[in-house]
Amino acid sequence: MTWETVIGLETHVELSTATKIFCSCTTEFGGAPNTHCCPVCTGMPGTLPTLNEKVLEYAVKASLALGCTVTRRGRFDRKNYFYPDLPKAYQISQLYLPIGRDGQVPITWGDGERKTIGIHELHMEEDAGKLVHDPWQDLTQCDYNRCGVPLIEIVTEPDFRSGEEVIAYLEKLRSTLQYLGVSDCKMQEGSLRCDVNLSVRPAGTSELGTRTEMKNLNSFKAIGRAIDYEARRQIERIEEGKRVVQETRRWDENKDATYSMRSKENAQDYRYFPEPDIPPIELSDGYLDHLRAEMPELAEAKQARYQAQYGLSGYDARMMTGEKALADFFEDCVALGAEPKNACNWIMTQILRKLKELGAEPGRMAFTPQSLCRLLALVKEGSLNRNTAVAVFDAVFETNGDINEYVKANGLSQVRDTGLIESVVSQVIGDNPQSVSDLKAGKEKAFGFLVGQCMKVLKGQGDPKLVNQLLREKLEKL
Amino acid sequence: MDILDLTALELGQAIKAGQVTIPEATRTALEVIARENPKNNAFITLCADRAMDRAKALQDGLRPDAPPLYGVPMAAKDNLCTQGVKTTCASKILGDFTPPYSATALERLDSAGAVLLGKVNMDEFAMGSTSETSFYGPVKNPRDLTRVPGGSSGGAAAAVAARMGWYALGSDTGGSIRQPGSYCGVTGMKPTYGAVSRYGLIAYASSLDQIGPLCRDARDCAAVLDAMAGRDRRDSTSVDGPYGNVLAQLDGDLRGVRIGLPRECFGQGLDSQVEAAVREMARALAGRGAAVEEFSLPVMDYVVPTYYILASAEASSNLSRFDGVKYGWRAEGYEDLTDLYEKTRTQGFGKEVKRRILLGTFVLSSGYFDAYYKKALQVKSVIAGAYRDAFSKYDLLLTPVAPTTAPKLGQSLHDPLKMYLSDIYTVPVNLAGLPGVSVPCGADRDGLPIGGQLIGPAMGDALVLKAADAYQQEVRP
Repeated sequence: MTWETVIGLETHVELSTATKIFCSCTTEFGGAPNTHCCPVCTGMPGTLPTLNEKVLEYAVKASLALGCTVTRRGRFDRKNYFYPDLPKAYQISQLYLPIGRDGQVPITWGDGERKTIGIHELHMEEDAGKLVHDPWQDLTQCDYNRCGVPLIEIVTEPDFRSGEEVIAYLEKLRSTLQYLGVSDCKMQEGSLRCDVNLSVRPAGTSELGTRTEMKNLNSFKAIGRAIDYEARRQIERIEEGKRVVQETRRWDENKDATYSMRSKENAQDYRYFPEPDIPPIELSDGYLDHLRAEMPELAEAKQARYQAQYGLSGYDARMMTGEKALADFFEDCVALGAEPKNACNWIMTQILRKLKELGAEPGRMAFTPQSLCRLLALVKEGSLNRNTAVAVFDAVFETNGDINEYVKANGLSQVRDTGLIESVVSQVIGDNPQSVSDLKAGKEKAFGFLVGQCMKVLKGQGDPKLVNQLLREKLEKL
Repeated sequence: MDILDLTALELGQAIKAGQVTIPEATRTALEVIARENPKNNAFITLCADRAMDRAKALQDGLRPDAPPLYGVPMAAKDNLCTQGVKTTCASKILGDFTPPYSATALERLDSAGAVLLGKVNMDEFAMGSTSETSFYGPVKNPRDLTRVPGGSSGGAAAAVAARMGWYALGSDTGGSIRQPGSYCGVTGMKPTYGAVSRYGLIAYASSLDQIGPLCRDARDCAAVLDAMAGRDRRDSTSVDGPYGNVLAQLDGDLRGVRIGLPRECFGQGLDSQVEAAVREMARALAGRGAAVEEFSLPVMDYVVPTYYILASAEASSNLSRFDGVKYGWRAEGYEDLTDLYEKTRTQGFGKEVKRRILLGTFVLSSGYFDAYYKKALQVKSVIAGAYRDAFSKYDLLLTPVAPTTAPKLGQSLHDPLKMYLSDIYTVPVNLAGLPGVSVPCGADRDGLPIGGQLIGPAMGDALVLKAADAYQQEVRP
């Protein structure tokens, strides 16, 4: 039998506001335990939450960008459960009236395959703290720094059929939220966390199978592998005549397998009810219009513009806009006077290569658009040849070292002294009579050899155009 | 002049006039407390040294333009957070809790020159109508020490009645200021929901809780309200309202004011002596120019169940944070996390608190949510609508505060349902978010105080107090 995999995602995204969702503590990552908290985010008796307007703004912007209907009169709800990382014993979240609903996210993957993923809802909530287990002292300590860090949870419809689609969606989501400036979406720091709900069914049927939820997926790669593994596991079970148990499973990166964490069949009752400490959120037309007007140009619009305005190919434009930091870099180069196609080539071939080598992200590189433009200018004016320029780039990239100084210090400027080149040319011709006669006999290959000999004497720094020209002139005079 | 005979405003004037110093007034109050507290158990925590230091500092800073309550000694219910002073909610579970912050209401009174004498007793977590559920023992009614002072702000009412300070702050979720005010013969006011910031008030039922004053008369209530009301950015349910000059509006003139008496509040279950006293109060208000008439308010049958469902639901969530992990009391001898929670909460909370947590957990549970909690929310809005309709015809409503005068100690707790039903006249005011004031209006044959309740529309706090004050002027000997 052929099986179809059905997947829905719940993605938690940390918003990049400077302060927490219900108090003015910093959201900065890290920090000594319990130094980024106050009586409000630790839920001390008598304290009250007050909504950070920036969180609302970011959540509305994300809703708009994901094509959601924004809830005009919303509110928060309490999700009640006991756990030491949750100091109020309830999480302020949204169940009944989430800020965004019924969105659509078009995705493209593979060889231009397309589909639209439905967004069930987008809601705001607070993060919980962190428990640190110390097996040596046999104790558990609570760090409340993360309590109250603002999150949005984006829940899709079960619209995915493969890991490829899921990854295409997550890349699109990350790009969109980064362009909006509402989140940095760093999976390593946990600012983008994804739970995968997966079930299988015979191809061609419409009823959903029993699903499992997978957690602890720390990279796109892990997500793809976990989906493949879990779909295979479920299919095998069903084919063996066993049933799939509705449960939460944990992905173990090292073992390349998922493990049961807890069964959903005796699920907790969260006793949700409307949060009485925060008045209903009313959004006016004016407020929404204002936010719509503030929406930045997103990846797709940029792609189209790069093709039309700069003549980039569709592929190049997509590469340039995949991550906001890269698109910003490209646009800065163009603004500094770089020729767009040339800048794009350098970014694609050199910068992306280097980032990959170093395992670094475009948002974190030291190398600046100014530096790239200086390098391009040196090539254009003939002071550096392309190969030397790449060597310079490699040398300065990590620290964004000064290009002019590096070229000077290493004597890399191109030799364009006609007198010097002429004397080298004469010397090479004198030293290689065989090649000269080969050339006269019509063996054009010998010319390349002679150029190479000249460059060798010039330590690779001769201006290739000038060397070619002077060598040709000299040979004709012979 | 015996300064104990003065109202808070009169004492403030005497202080400004140099007739009495703030340390003298504070010492006098502390002496009364030392004498009376062993009898009535009104205080849980006394801040004698702190109060005297504060009194001296205030005296040194006394200026002719000081606010009206400058230097006046007062007390605060023990569910209002006080920085550096133990705040127990009369519970074992918070027995050693000292907050690092103060309630906004107390901060504002502090800047108006209040001298905090101590923290007063109450029903545990403000759950109760008799102040007998306190872990620190029951409060006794200063008018008759064999009787309860009412609750949950029983310590606050007893303190004012026994002259252990000139005024006190209480909290009112379903009548917890007004009913003890009535039982102890003091004026107690619940402001409009949102008029006073709840920041620093340890929550019982967040959507109903409101801080308010218990005073010797309505004028003092107005002065306290003026000092503490108004929007606070730390409480997003607080509102900016017509506060700040309420006192100035108490001119004793009720001409043109229409007062409605809901017929349903004068029927079955109401003690005849209480009814007679409240009707007499209506006549006195008419004597000041008000037009008084009866009308029908057909929602009274639903107010008590609605209140207990909503209040318990919120309480079950609000009190979940008391789990022995972060602060307060923790049970010993637990085996794992669940055992720590269970033992701490089983041993740390009293019976009435656990009853309401269980009730609230039940009504929020999946499968029961719609039938109880959701339905109660709908009824709440029907009740609020009925009051809105009433205020389209009347400026104020007048009802009894409680069906009877103060019961004997030990008579109520064995029958919680009966105790809940006695909240019938006060709880709808919280459900509708309205201002209400309890005004002493006579006594029964045993000399026990009776209270009449004036209710106003939302933000009508000044009118409520104006009518209470007019009545007090009318009956003042």
